[in-house]
Amino acid sequence: MAKSALLKSSLAKKYWMALTGLFLCLFLAGHLAGNLQLIFGDALKFNQYALFMTSNPAVKLLSYLTYISIIFHAIDGIMLAFQNKAARPIGYAMNNPKGNSSFASRNMAVLGTVVLVFIATHMMNFWAKMHFDEKMPLQKITIEMQGMKNDFYLTTDGGYVPANDQNYIIKNRTEIYDATANVKVKEAYKDLHKITFDFFRDPQYGLAFTIFYVISMLVLAFHLLHGFQSAFQTLGVNNKFTPLIKAFGTGFAIIVPLLFAIIPLYIHFTK
Amino acid sequence: MASKKNINIKLKVWRQKKASEKGQMVDYSLNEVSTDSSFLEMLDQLNEQLVNERKEPIAFDHDCREGICGMCSLYINGRAHGPDTGVTTCQLHMRSFKDGDTIYVEPWRSKAFPVIKDLVVDRSSFDRIQQAGGFISVNTSGNTIDANATPINKEDADKAFEAAACIGCGACVATCKNGSAMLFVGAKVSQYALLPQGKVEATNRVLNMVRQMDEEGFGNCTNTGACEIECPKGISLENIARMNREYLKASLK
Repeated sequence: MAKSALLKSSLAKKYWMALTGLFLCLFLAGHLAGNLQLIFGDALKFNQYALFMTSNPAVKLLSYLTYISIIFHAIDGIMLAFQNKAARPIGYAMNNPKGNSSFASRNMAVLGTVVLVFIATHMMNFWAKMHFDEKMPLQKITIEMQGMKNDFYLTTDGGYVPANDQNYIIKNRTEIYDATANVKVKEAYKDLHKITFDFFRDPQYGLAFTIFYVISMLVLAFHLLHGFQSAFQTLGVNNKFTPLIKAFGTGFAIIVPLLFAIIPLYIHFTK
Repeated sequence: MASKKNINIKLKVWRQKKASEKGQMVDYSLNEVSTDSSFLEMLDQLNEQLVNERKEPIAFDHDCREGICGMCSLYINGRAHGPDTGVTTCQLHMRSFKDGDTIYVEPWRSKAFPVIKDLVVDRSSFDRIQQAGGFISVNTSGNTIDANATPINKEDADKAFEAAACIGCGACVATCKNGSAMLFVGAKVSQYALLPQGKVEATNRVLNMVRQMDEEGFGNCTNTGACEIECPKGISLENIARMNREYLKASLK
């Protein structure tokens, strides 16, 4: 009885919403810390970070947990929303929900759906390119030597390799091979930094992408504004720390999306 | 003087012959309503008018008319128990309305509270939740132990008392955008969970009451806090958190 209850009951669904939601808040904080390198770091630092995030085994484990959390949070949320809708088949002719509850608390499902759509597009634009795009550019620098401009690939050992050199060939997207000996000599960085800057500075759609990202972060802010503190109530925490949790949640809901939103704005308007 | 205190109002009232038939909002005009009368007395007056016109009077729930039985209901102008806070419909007075006002009167809307007739809904789902665990097993065959013989700390006793103030009217369900009964169940779980007499059966109580609540078709709490604001007895959201804790504890046992 107890075990099945923890999977099926109304309260169990709420616990899972709260737990996955709070885990995703942690993810947001980590993701933000990394992204801020787009403003405060240089291209190499950001690409090194991107490489670390896609190759470190501990990060990999966390990333799978994040994917599962997003999927579970979404499916569980949709199930709850449908059940809640079904609990009132006939609505009121006159109702005044504004008088007793906040906008965010009444629209979590809609806000969450928008965030989910954003996540899908965001992953298509960056995550999918980083993971699967065969044409993902590698980070290059241009060095002027004797009046000639030459491109070099930066490599993970801190060195560089000439980009347009017959002696080197690229295999498996990032591995640089000696063409004659056919042995791997170095590894280049995928240039996620360039992809990101090109995306938000796209002459045709850059502004539209920027606006879409800023609006999505506004929606995320409202979702967090209710979601963060709500998770604690769901998990049974309602005591003398509740005002503190609510204050922290409000701060988190404003600051995190705001900093996220500043990144595309910074990239777009500093070209 | 007396005539000054009377108002004329318009009403839009949900009329439904029986559960199986469709209902609709019907318009009524009612003149010379004393602002000293309660909302239910105003409905009595409207019913007298309807009877005189040889029309079917409006069915609505009421009993003690003192705000303690939990029998009256009504969603008035978009709010459970009307515009006042901390009162039931029977304690709402017509002085809360102005001359010429249009007042919407609707039944509680919830799948688990089906309309029986007009403004009367079937709240026996609450009874079944109570029967599932809202009690303590005490032998009452003449050798009852004095309740005061069991020491209880003041803070717990106060909190249990506040939870026990729930009259089971269903305003929380009616006002919740999800039609959730968790404030009611939270209060009922809490009032026992806080007391030593209730701790004995705490595990089964919370599991059974939540299971029954789910079976009745109530929605899920999303912590909007609307129930706490509209509850005529000021039952706190703390009780939902306590139920959540109790249920988690019980599930892991």
